[in-house]
Amino acid sequence: MVLEATLRGIRLVGDRTLRIVERIGATVAFLVMTLVHSATSFRRFDLVIREIFFAGVQSLIIILVSGLFVGMVLGLQGHETLQNYGSEQSVGVLVALSLVRELGPVVAALLFASRAGSAITAEIGLMKATEQLSAMEMMAINPIARVVAPRFWGGVISMPLLAMLFSAMGIIGGFLVAVVLIGVDDGAFWSQMQAAVDFRHDIVNGIIKSLVFGVAVSAIATFEGYEAPPTAEGVSGATTRTVVSSSLAILALDLVLTAFMLKGWN
Amino acid sequence: MTNLVEISNLNFGYGSRLVLKGINLAVPKGSLVAIMGLSGCGKTTLLRLIGGQLRARDGTVTVAGQRLNDMSQGELYALRRRLGMLFQFGALFTDLSVYDNVAFQMREHTQLPESVIRDLTLMKLNAVGLRGVQSLMPSEMSGGMARRVALARATALDPELILYDEPFAGLDPISLGVIGQLIRRLNDALGATSVLVTHDVQESLKIVDYVYFVSEGVIVAQGTPDQIRASTLPFVHQFIWGEADGPMPFHYPARTMSDDLGMREA
Ligand SMILES: Nc1ncnc2c1ncn2[C@@H]1O[C@H](COP(=O)(O)OP(=O)(O)OP(=O)(O)O)[C@@H](O)[C@H]1O
Ligand SMILES: [Mg+2]
Repeated sequence: MVLEATLRGIRLVGDRTLRIVERIGATVAFLVMTLVHSATSFRRFDLVIREIFFAGVQSLIIILVSGLFVGMVLGLQGHETLQNYGSEQSVGVLVALSLVRELGPVVAALLFASRAGSAITAEIGLMKATEQLSAMEMMAINPIARVVAPRFWGGVISMPLLAMLFSAMGIIGGFLVAVVLIGVDDGAFWSQMQAAVDFRHDIVNGIIKSLVFGVAVSAIATFEGYEAPPTAEGVSGATTRTVVSSSLAILALDLVLTAFMLKGWN
Repeated sequence: MTNLVEISNLNFGYGSRLVLKGINLAVPKGSLVAIMGLSGCGKTTLLRLIGGQLRARDGTVTVAGQRLNDMSQGELYALRRRLGMLFQFGALFTDLSVYDNVAFQMREHTQLPESVIRDLTLMKLNAVGLRGVQSLMPSEMSGGMARRVALARATALDPELILYDEPFAGLDPISLGVIGQLIRRLNDALGATSVLVTHDVQESLKIVDYVYFVSEGVIVAQGTPDQIRASTLPFVHQFIWGEADGPMPFHYPARTMSDDLGMREA
C-alpha cells in the first residue's frame, strides 16, 4: 500500500523529469535549426532590424523605468548597510557592481522574457493557427528562415543592449538617491566606482551573461510559438510557458555562468 | 494531353481514421477541375496532399511528372515555386498590408525592381477589384475582401498550377460571379491548370471543365458539367439541388438523438 504509493510517486517524478529533459532537447534542436536557417537574416538585415524594433524598442520603457527603481533601492540599501562600517562612499561601487554583474543582465532578461518573449510566442503561434506559416511554406519560403530566425536574432541583439541600458539607468538611480538625496560625496561616489569596476571581469562578463540569456529567451519564445497547438488555448498556454521556462532558464544559467566566471573558465 | 496532377490509389487518414479512400484522380494540363463534396468529406485534405503539405503513405501523388511521396524539402520547394494556393481562410500575413501581402512572393523570389513590383501588384489587386484597399491591413477587411486579396496573392507569380480552397465562401452574388469568371480567365490567359475545391455547385458548374464528387472520402461521381447536370445518380441530384434527404447524410455519424438527450423509448 505504502510501497505502491511511493513507487507511483517516484514514477511521477521520473515521468515529469523525462518530459522536461525532452522539452529542453527539443528547444535546443529547434535552436540549431534556427541557426542553420539564419543566412537570410544576415543577407537581409532589415528583417532583423524590424524585430529589434519590436522586441527591443518596445521593451525600452519598462527596462529604463525598472532600472531606475532598482538602482534607487540599491542606493538606499547600500548606504544603510555601508554607513555602519563608515564606508558610505563605497555605495557607488556596490550599486555598479551589483548591476553590471548580476541585476542588469538577470532582471533585464526577466523583463524581456515577459514583455518581448511572450509577444514573440503569441505572434508566431497565431501565425501558425491562422495558417500563415503553411501559406508561406506553400510559397516555397521556409518560415524558420523568414519568420523565426529574424525574431531570434532580433532578441539576441536587443538583450545585451537592454541590459546595459538597465545598468546605466540603475547607476543613475543610485546616484540620485545616494548623492543627490542623501548627500554622499559626489567625487568619491564616481571615483571609487571607476576604480573598482573592471572592464574585463565585470562589464564583459555581464555582457556575456546577457548574450546567453538573449539566446535562451529567444530560442524558448520562438520554439514555443512554433510548436504551439494551433488553437486559442494552445497559443495562450504557449505564451505562459515561454515566461515560466525563460525565467527558470535565466536563473539556472545565471548560477552556472556566475560559478564559472568567479572560478575562472579552466 | 498530359496530366499535371495525377493521384492513384490514394488512402489517407489522420491517425487511424481514414479520411480519403482509394482516390484516383487526374487533372489534365490547362484544365479547370472542381472537387465537390459535403463539409468534412476531405477536400482540403486532398488539396494539401497535392501541395505536398501532407504526405501520402499509401498510393501516389504526382505533380508535373514528379512523385511527391518521397521528395526532399528542397525538391518540394522547387516544385512549389510553380504553384499557387488559395487557403480556405485566406491566411493573409497579418503583419503586412494588403499591398505587401500581394507583393510578398515577388520580393522573396524575384529580383524585380520595386517599380515593376508595384505595377504588377496593382494589376493583381485590380483584377480582384481591390486596388483601392492596398494600404489597409488584413484585420481591417471583411472576410470576403480578405479572400479576394488572398486570391490576388495566390496568383501573384503567375503559377502553372493553382489550388483554390473554397474561393466562393463568404462572397456576395456579384463578387461570386466576378471571381468565378476571374478564376476561369486566369486559367486560360496564363495557360495555368487549376483545382477548385468548393461546395458552391451552381457557380462552379458554370466555369469548370470537369467535376469530381467526393463523399465520405470516396469519389462517387465524376464528369463534365453537362454530364453532371444530366446525371440521374440520386447522390448527385441531391447535392445539386441541396436536398436534405437522400443518400448523403446531413448528420455526422452519431448515437440516436433520443439516446443523446437521455430519453427512453416508450
Ligand atoms: N489536422 C487534422 N487532424 C485530425 N483530423 C483532421 C485534421 N484535419 C482534418 N481532419 C478531419 O479530416 C476530415 C476531412 O477534413 P477536411 O478539412 O479535408 O474537410 P473539407 O472537405 O475540407 O471540409 P470543409 O468543406 O468543411 O472545409 C474531417 O472529418 C476532419 O475532422
Ligand atoms: Mg476544407
